[in-house]
Amino acid sequence: MTATLLLATIVKILIMVMFVLNLAAILTWADRRQSSMIQDRVGPNRAVIKIFGKELRLAGLLHPLADGLKFFTKEDFMPPNADRLLFTLAPIMAMGMVFTLVATIPFGDTICLHQFRLFPDFWHVHTGPHGELLDGVERWGTCAADSRNGYAPLELVVAPLGVGILYVFAMSGQGIIGAAIAGWSSDNKFSLMGALRAASQMVSYEVTLGMSLVGAMMIYGTVRLDDMVRWQQEHAWGIFVQPLAFFLFFAAAVAENKRIPFDLPEAESELVSGYFTEYAGMKFGMFYFAEYAEVVTGSMLLVTIFLGGWALPFFHRDGLLVQFGDTTLLRVAIPHVFVTLLGVLAFFGKVIVVCWIQVFVRWSLPRFRYDQLMKLGWRLLLPASLANILVTGVVWLAVDKAGSAASDGLRIAADVTQAVVAMAMTYLIGRGVVGMFGTVTHERNIIGTSAGIAARRGGTKTEPMQA
Amino acid sequence: MTVLTESAARAGVDPHLAPASLDPEADLMLLHFGPQHPSTHGVFRMDLLLDGEMVLKATPYVGYLHRGVEKLCEKLSFVQQTPIVDKNDYVAPMTNEQALNMAFERLLGVEVPRRARWMRTIFAELQRIASHLLWLGTFTLDLGGALGGGTTLFMHCFRERESILDLFEEVSGARFHYNTHTIGGNRHDLPAGWDANVERALRVIESRLGEYEAMSVANSIFVARTRGIGVLSGDLALELGITGPNLRASGIDHDLRRDAPYGAYDELPVRACVAREGDCLARARVRVDEIRESIRLVRAGLAGLPDGPICGFKPIRQPTQVKIAGGQAYVAIEGPRGELGTFVVGGGDPATAPHRLKIRAPSLHALSAIPYIVPGHTVSDAVAILGSLDPIMGEVDR
Repeated sequence: MTATLLLATIVKILIMVMFVLNLAAILTWADRRQSSMIQDRVGPNRAVIKIFGKELRLAGLLHPLADGLKFFTKEDFMPPNADRLLFTLAPIMAMGMVFTLVATIPFGDTICLHQFRLFPDFWHVHTGPHGELLDGVERWGTCAADSRNGYAPLELVVAPLGVGILYVFAMSGQGIIGAAIAGWSSDNKFSLMGALRAASQMVSYEVTLGMSLVGAMMIYGTVRLDDMVRWQQEHAWGIFVQPLAFFLFFAAAVAENKRIPFDLPEAESELVSGYFTEYAGMKFGMFYFAEYAEVVTGSMLLVTIFLGGWALPFFHRDGLLVQFGDTTLLRVAIPHVFVTLLGVLAFFGKVIVVCWIQVFVRWSLPRFRYDQLMKLGWRLLLPASLANILVTGVVWLAVDKAGSAASDGLRIAADVTQAVVAMAMTYLIGRGVVGMFGTVTHERNIIGTSAGIAARRGGTKTEPMQA
Repeated sequence: MTVLTESAARAGVDPHLAPASLDPEADLMLLHFGPQHPSTHGVFRMDLLLDGEMVLKATPYVGYLHRGVEKLCEKLSFVQQTPIVDKNDYVAPMTNEQALNMAFERLLGVEVPRRARWMRTIFAELQRIASHLLWLGTFTLDLGGALGGGTTLFMHCFRERESILDLFEEVSGARFHYNTHTIGGNRHDLPAGWDANVERALRVIESRLGEYEAMSVANSIFVARTRGIGVLSGDLALELGITGPNLRASGIDHDLRRDAPYGAYDELPVRACVAREGDCLARARVRVDEIRESIRLVRAGLAGLPDGPICGFKPIRQPTQVKIAGGQAYVAIEGPRGELGTFVVGGGDPATAPHRLKIRAPSLHALSAIPYIVPGHTVSDAVAILGSLDPIMGEVDR
């Protein structure tokens, strides 16, 4: 059993780290691709692999690979007066903290190993204590003890810590150290200013980040991330319960990731490259990569706490149950394993969507000024998050006192939000699929001579431009 | 207005501040901002004396792009100088050519045909649109960062500017070194169907201008970054010789196109775009308004374009053909950045070249405001202020 758990843990670590690494790499591509679409450019299309005389470009998907190759082969430059130890340590710390953070994020529901019999009983549907097929799908289920195999739940989270979210805060707070010592050790005034900005910005927004979640913790009644998701699965998604906290957390998370409009520590137009001005080669690559990995982990947290984590509307541990209050509309039993796998896919899909939204934000807003950022953090976001806690407490007490009628009403309202989410998801996925098969029209405004001639000849190359 | 730190409050805004008097313990940081810096618009350098993020003193240094254009002009013949000055203000080559050739024309007493004057006016206004579009793009780049939202507007503005370069290419065959102005008029007549292409380009620019405004001067972050930043009073602007949109944004209603008409402006009334605040936002609004006004002027110019010859001077066969024995002339036009003047003294040795040629670059004067308006703001604001002044270093250093 121990060996199984060890193996399972290794597999879970691999899934999580590989997902973060790969999504971060793909995000660098998505960032470029998205920006080229927004900016009416061709976008990444230079990296080519030749296989059997055929050129493979994959719409620029090879660029992350080319980047990695370039980072490794570049000179590992270090300024002459830099602090050698700290200068080397900084990118490691920046990168390491991101990956330790993902350990507590659950990416799927608990798999009950004793219900997960491999071959003979694979299509195991929720059964009663005597093995009879139940037509009921429970809203809320846990792994029941089984006389034959014992109690063997497999939690789909690398480290199921009881402190949960507190660990996440502790680890994300460490990210400051990487940025701060990078700027300090670089022996560069721009780096130093970037590091100071990074340190004060991240410390300030860490407060909002934590405070915005207090309301959610009060409602969920737990600090464990997987229990938070279970609560959302049973009731309503966090974004409906804590709408203000969602936006506060989103803004604070973008600020924590040091992305536009809060990218003051980098601030290309002011501080050249901020705290990593002096970094080159793979050390720069690690900072660059850590930023995208932070976007992924930030999105994971956002999805877990506010967007239902692995939960899909109306999907419960043992199947689909469309229920409004006590009125049941649909009841379909689905093997527990499939629901869980669907949940894992849903979690990663939601993370990708949130990452994509962050990319969108990045390419459409200018940057704040340093003092404006601080004012926004301390004078607007923090009071708003405190007010959110107060309002949450008052409402919570009021509902508690109001009796069963109110709680029944809320329960129906929660089910309605699930229906809303289900319809929105269906609509968006449908639109996406339709859009994929739709025709794309390009509007070109060519006036001049050489551009006109080139256009009449079908582009400036012998073969039409890719991408 | 940002809150001044204690030492900044003590320093006030004093362009001649001696750092030692303020900072006996040397706690302040001297930051060499440029010349190798992504947002100094080329190779400009500011020495910023910083208390934390706050600028106490800003000293501009120019000359990193000095190429000796004025000295070169003393060696080249009058005809050969037109393509050289294209590179001065490399965002608006058309107006450079125009200012130079108008000075020669005044010295020679050549009458420019009416059609050539109208064509020059159309070119100048198109160039103003292109220049202001490029400015809008680079200014948002300064605010939004080379890898962020600012780049989006930058790319869009370049896309529209490209259509104007295409128009000029159709006329002169060149996208940049037009060399289309000559003494007495223009070299190239407008090709057939050009006005339809202009209308097409203008319609695109006009329809997208509202979108750009929404992304820049109407964006709340943009407004927060620019309102009340770098306030340049009208008196100071006049004292420093600042002209163009920077002056008009400070509440001084001065536009050479209207006040001292040249080209076709005596027949095409110009509405000067004025703002009162004198801050970065006002400068941005004035420029965006000027794009609209220029679009109107180009349309009016094309509608009223007269027929006739395009050059009032005998065709130039060789560089040494034009000789000026003596005299001097100063001609100023309203370039996209302000009063672009050319002062030329004839009677050089040989007489085919000027004795002395001086170009009055509006950007140089604009930069002289930096010691007065940057102190008291943060480093980020210093970038925004520099961008809002729209300096072109090729023109500043020449």
